[in-house]
Amino acid sequence: MAAFLEINNIVKKYGDYTALNSISMQIPKGSIFGLLGPNGAGKTSLIRIINQITLPDSGNIILDGAQLKPSDVKQIGYMPEERGLYKSMKVGEQCLYLAQLKGMSKADAKLQLDYWFSKLEIQGWWNKKIEELSKGMAQKIQFVVTVLHQPKLLIFDEPFSGFDPVNANLIKDQIFELKQKGATIIFSSHRMESVEELCDDIALIHKSNKLLEGSLVDIKKQFRTNTFEVGIVTDNEPMLLSDLATSFIVAKTNFKSLHNAVKLEINIGSQAPNKLLHLLLQYGQVTHFIEKIPSVNDIFIAAVTNKKILS
Amino acid sequence: MSIIFLIIKREFIAKVRNKSFLVMTFLSPLIFVFLAVFVGYLSTMKPDKKTIAINDASGFFIKQFQNSDQYTYVNVSQIPLQTSKLAVKNEQYEGLIFIPKCSDLKGFETQIQYISDESANPNYINDLQKTFNQKLTNLNYQSAKIDTLAVANAVAKVEIKLKKASGQDTIKGLNWIKMIIGGTFGYLIMMFIIMYGNMVMRSVIEEKTSRIIEIIISSVKPFQLMIGKIIGTSLAGILQFIIWAFLGLSALLILSLFFHVPLGAAASLPNQITAASQIQMASTMQLYINEMWQLPIATILISFLLYFIGGYFLYSSFYAAIGAAVDNETDSQQFLLPIIMPLILGVYIGLFTVINNPHGTIATIFSIVPLTSPIVMMMRIPFGVPWWQILISLTVLFATFFAVVLFAAKIYRIGILMYGKKPSWKQLLQWIRI
Repeated sequence: MAAFLEINNIVKKYGDYTALNSISMQIPKGSIFGLLGPNGAGKTSLIRIINQITLPDSGNIILDGAQLKPSDVKQIGYMPEERGLYKSMKVGEQCLYLAQLKGMSKADAKLQLDYWFSKLEIQGWWNKKIEELSKGMAQKIQFVVTVLHQPKLLIFDEPFSGFDPVNANLIKDQIFELKQKGATIIFSSHRMESVEELCDDIALIHKSNKLLEGSLVDIKKQFRTNTFEVGIVTDNEPMLLSDLATSFIVAKTNFKSLHNAVKLEINIGSQAPNKLLHLLLQYGQVTHFIEKIPSVNDIFIAAVTNKKILS
Repeated sequence: MSIIFLIIKREFIAKVRNKSFLVMTFLSPLIFVFLAVFVGYLSTMKPDKKTIAINDASGFFIKQFQNSDQYTYVNVSQIPLQTSKLAVKNEQYEGLIFIPKCSDLKGFETQIQYISDESANPNYINDLQKTFNQKLTNLNYQSAKIDTLAVANAVAKVEIKLKKASGQDTIKGLNWIKMIIGGTFGYLIMMFIIMYGNMVMRSVIEEKTSRIIEIIISSVKPFQLMIGKIIGTSLAGILQFIIWAFLGLSALLILSLFFHVPLGAAASLPNQITAASQIQMASTMQLYINEMWQLPIATILISFLLYFIGGYFLYSSFYAAIGAAVDNETDSQQFLLPIIMPLILGVYIGLFTVINNPHGTIATIFSIVPLTSPIVMMMRIPFGVPWWQILISLTVLFATFFAVVLFAAKIYRIGILMYGKKPSWKQLLQWIRI
């Protein structure tokens, strides 16, 4: 898939501190791209550069085939991690103002607002001031403001923080829908379960450097440990264990099971899974046989702490 | 351009809609009028009556002392001096005038005493001396066999009449009016700069603390936001000033009608008003109001607007930069002091130099130096300033603004994204260099 946003060798220094050390990444068109990294890794610096809030010291950014230019801010919707709206301004006026700053006409902005307000069921809020709303309510307005001008590139920094599970789901559905309509979405979060659920591709930044980039499936393959969880009902456990130990690395483990099975975790290395299965079948009933796929969480921790995953 | 216009509009509406703006605009003229009336009323109130005892051993002067609104005189010439002194000590009397017997009239000039434990009012002592001088002079005339009546008739009393070249009458109080008008406008400009500069700063801090700043500057350039904010806020100030000018001129108009001053063509004011001493209260008022119309009102108002805009633009660039550098208003104090100093300097120069010599070197220099010129020049304008000086001063002021705003924008651009520790002066300078 063609890259919608190409980030090429971006360097950003603040005095002696290097916030971004020659970062490059390709964000495919119409995908949800997870931008991950521990606190202080440089995510916000990168996002600010994409938003042209700050300029990089070197490197360039290509948006939709052309060099990023000031007027491109109209194509980008950005929801910062630190949310903010004018507290004493009315919701409707505020949304219109922010939409107009993004170059929308007042009439278009009104149409879009009607659409989003009814979609998120907040029609009655037009004349309320932000200070009268709860945090979650203000977050919804923040989301509307981000997507109002129908940007081709959306950047969400921790979009679910501050939402209750019901509203978090509502927003998640909206993000999926925006993706269906063709928007490219950069998603920055610490909540790995939502990254797992939403993202097609990820990049991991750590200490100003990019550690990983690629589709989630590829990265998971790269981080696979060839470890299987096995449950087997057998009456000859010692024999089984010694037989297994000749070819594989075996450890006892625990998982939920309805059977009174021996529960094992077996690393098969480069051998075929069938070899293990064949051996197991000689000893009894196999009730559980599953490859341990590393979660994004595991990958994150492993990459950052620079350890191979062995759990 | 339309983006800046949007920002200006939002800032203007946000300021004007604010309740404190409405209160300031309509309540403060009322408070001002109320204070003026109150002070006027206080000054007409009669002070406490004081009792002064007189021990006139000579018997020459006792008749000179008549009871007045302020002073009651008691003749204690028959009572021993010590008793009267004790009475002063016991605060029965405010003071005691003691006139001893003297062998010749010359002796009185050094022998008369005023005894009091209170610190004596210098004006009162002057009056006493005048009274004694008068009586003694008369006594001297008599002893020299001079006809006192003839002398009294011969004393000349000159009252100089002030006229303009146009032949029109004027009054001695005119310079006072000019000082008051100039002082008011100079002070007003300082107030406006501080008030609206602070508004800009607060608005920047608000955007920073509410964190909306990041959303805004992902749409517009920080410089656009800063300029839009400064201009939008200034429009609110200009609106407020126009309302005040309108109210003030209406009040002047109403006063004029009330005292029957012919409007506009004041040159047609009849010349029947003669010596100032003969003018009744109403016609003095007439003259004052007439003089007010004679002042370069248009020049004053237009210069006020220009100097407010120039001065405010210059100072609010500082205010905006400071607002961006700090996280809350309390942190701003350290940076505000050096900004307020030149304003206060301007007011002091105005009060001490301009009034004595409106066109002197110091007054002229400081009415061109950009940080003080809005205040000092406003104070000079009622006295008549050549237009080329105003032009130079305004040019310097606006040129300085354009230079300063570039530096301010650098601090602003970096400051709005910095949270946490309050930056030092050194850091601000570093931001400018980046």
